[in-house]
Amino acid sequence: MDKLLHIQNNEKVNRADIPNLPFADLRQQLLACAAAGGQVVQFFAYEDQGTSKLMAVMRTDKLYVGGCDAPDSFASLTAESEKFHMFEREIGEQHGLKAEGHPWYKMVRYHANYSGKKDVFDNDYKEDIPGNYPYFSVEGDTVHEVAVGPVHAGIIEPGHFRFQCCGERVFHLEIQLGYQHRGVEKLLQSVAMKRMPIIAETIAGDTTIGHGLCQAQAIEALAGIEVDEGAKIVRTIALELERIANHVGDLGALSIDVAFGPPAAYFGRIRGEYLNLTQILGGNRFGRGLVRAGGVTHVMGDEQKKLLSDKLAELTPEVEHVSELIFSAPSVQARFDHTGTVSRDNAEKIGLVGYAGRACGLKYDARVSFPTECYGELPANKNEKTDGDVCSRATVRREEIMHSTRLITSLLDKKEEAKSYTPQEVQLAPQSFVVSINEGWRGEVSHCILTDEKGGILRYKVKDPSFHNWTGLALSLRDEGISDFPLCNKSFNLSYCGFDL
Amino acid sequence: MLQVIKNRMEQGYRTSKYPKEQINLYKRFRGLPKVDAKCDAALVTRCADACPQDAINTETCQIDLGRCVFCGLCETLSGGKFAMFSQNFELGTASREDLFTTGDLPALAEHAKKHFKKLFGRSLQLRQISAGGCNACEADTNVLNTPFFDLSRFGIQFVASPRHADGIHVTGPISENMRAATITTFEAVPSPKVVIASGACAISGGPFYGSEDIVGDLNSIIPVDLYIPGCPPHPLTTLHALLNYFK
Repeated sequence: MDKLLHIQNNEKVNRADIPNLPFADLRQQLLACAAAGGQVVQFFAYEDQGTSKLMAVMRTDKLYVGGCDAPDSFASLTAESEKFHMFEREIGEQHGLKAEGHPWYKMVRYHANYSGKKDVFDNDYKEDIPGNYPYFSVEGDTVHEVAVGPVHAGIIEPGHFRFQCCGERVFHLEIQLGYQHRGVEKLLQSVAMKRMPIIAETIAGDTTIGHGLCQAQAIEALAGIEVDEGAKIVRTIALELERIANHVGDLGALSIDVAFGPPAAYFGRIRGEYLNLTQILGGNRFGRGLVRAGGVTHVMGDEQKKLLSDKLAELTPEVEHVSELIFSAPSVQARFDHTGTVSRDNAEKIGLVGYAGRACGLKYDARVSFPTECYGELPANKNEKTDGDVCSRATVRREEIMHSTRLITSLLDKKEEAKSYTPQEVQLAPQSFVVSINEGWRGEVSHCILTDEKGGILRYKVKDPSFHNWTGLALSLRDEGISDFPLCNKSFNLSYCGFDL
Repeated sequence: MLQVIKNRMEQGYRTSKYPKEQINLYKRFRGLPKVDAKCDAALVTRCADACPQDAINTETCQIDLGRCVFCGLCETLSGGKFAMFSQNFELGTASREDLFTTGDLPALAEHAKKHFKKLFGRSLQLRQISAGGCNACEADTNVLNTPFFDLSRFGIQFVASPRHADGIHVTGPISENMRAATITTFEAVPSPKVVIASGACAISGGPFYGSEDIVGDLNSIIPVDLYIPGCPPHPLTTLHALLNYFK
């Protein structure tokens, strides 16, 4: 990694300072980093004055960045390390740059590329998904295929799932997404600045604060805006409330997926109580309109603090009791244990992030490794159960609910109050680069912005944790009963729209 | 077993009495905006220019609730002089035009189609289609099935198949990749059927307006009967609209 540049989270970097290596050198550097345990934060292509370029951000316990001029086709990194598999497919789809020798080269979201180059997948996008792609299939007398979606039976987002089964046993699950593709990155590169926070907050609705925060921090870095302590407290509380609400809702949903009804009813309602706390902070249950570059739009005064702490005091024992109800029921344990296991080795290879990674024993938590806002001074959560199964993922989330509650309670004791917010015009530094990382409730959320010579946005790259973790869900189904799919699915609860952008 | 009973007693009965009793949302909640059309024209222009959704018409001083994401910026910028967001969550309308407003919406119940009330008033089964939405609309629709709202006590249910449905409830700006599936699902619902556009996305493209990867307006491909604005609509906004339009 000696040729890559060491950077900080949310640090403005001059693009001229980022090493522009020959492709072969960059490839060797990235593979060496991956082999030494590094993971990919960002790896994408962009156009700069008519040439295609690649840019990569890697993480170990530090962050590194490097780039190169992109050849139209290049030797796939995935052929040597699985960590790049999704990124290389995305680079091919977005910019028509082909990764030669990629072991499973297929579209990601199904759309024409941005650069007008020949489509690397030979797709005609007038045709519907999957276009020119035969789904992976297993053949044999007793093998059958189950196809589900894109429109599912519940109130959930669209996606297509194909199970190759022998009886009830799943050999392989292929997940095809892209149905939610709205062109988010293209919009963020072309629309007026005033629209950007609204789009960031709707990249994944359940991660409104996570994505909103990444964008606000990236813009603050590029525009040289300082944020006061009080605003940082509100932002941290909002991010933790988002985590609690989603974890609580999902524990309830896991319970109903094993036909244990009461906790689902209780947690379904309690999740709403946490969303209402976010509404007390900023007027919207998902935190829309709360985080903006420069601070937060609503001050947290004594009235809001009291409402929050009173409600938390009321809810916390209820959450403890309902959790205990779920985890102590033998019928639940029988279904949670040893179901949907992803090995630590596989988790490492595909770069699982968030609670899904931590449940496999990968310690990474962006709040600890690359702290933003108030996280530098807050204690980390430790999870002991790391078997990689549904039970581990559920247990990590149970622990994180309690951990986040403690964080919020300690933050509510702080005296600093946010300054009142005044919307301001921002001017981004020209020829600059910033990468921003936060631990959203699902895991590592990252935004990366490159600016041109006038301070306009040259490239806006978004990565939702689901970009890594969907592969984890597919792996968890191997050799499982097909009836355990809802359970495995909910234990990951990944974002379709965050992946599809 | 004892634990189940203990928890049941602790949780108690939590279903809201709405609509018999009103629910007051916290004062920071942003519902129906009230516009002061007589305020300084320069202020209106300033708000309209800053509006991320371009939802403010400077001539009529109307806000287009089909585009508005209720971010509250116009209230902040004008110090409440141009627009003030009230806590009124009753936002559903039967026509797109009614969503252009200065703060008064026609009573939904009176504008509901009579035959829909007759057909679906006692039992309404809806098929939800998520078509490019960010999952916030979907999440706050799902919430209606939790004990607090308990939607099924009104005879309204979200069902698994379009064949079992009386209509569709669509969220999201209809991504191009969902266009075919949306139309196919609509066609699979037996007639007579009702179409509900929920959230700014399904009504106008929402935050993604102008993107070439979306249709942006459900009504341009399937005729819409009921509009539920918001980003996302509050669960009570959806509940109010369903009860008033069909009951």
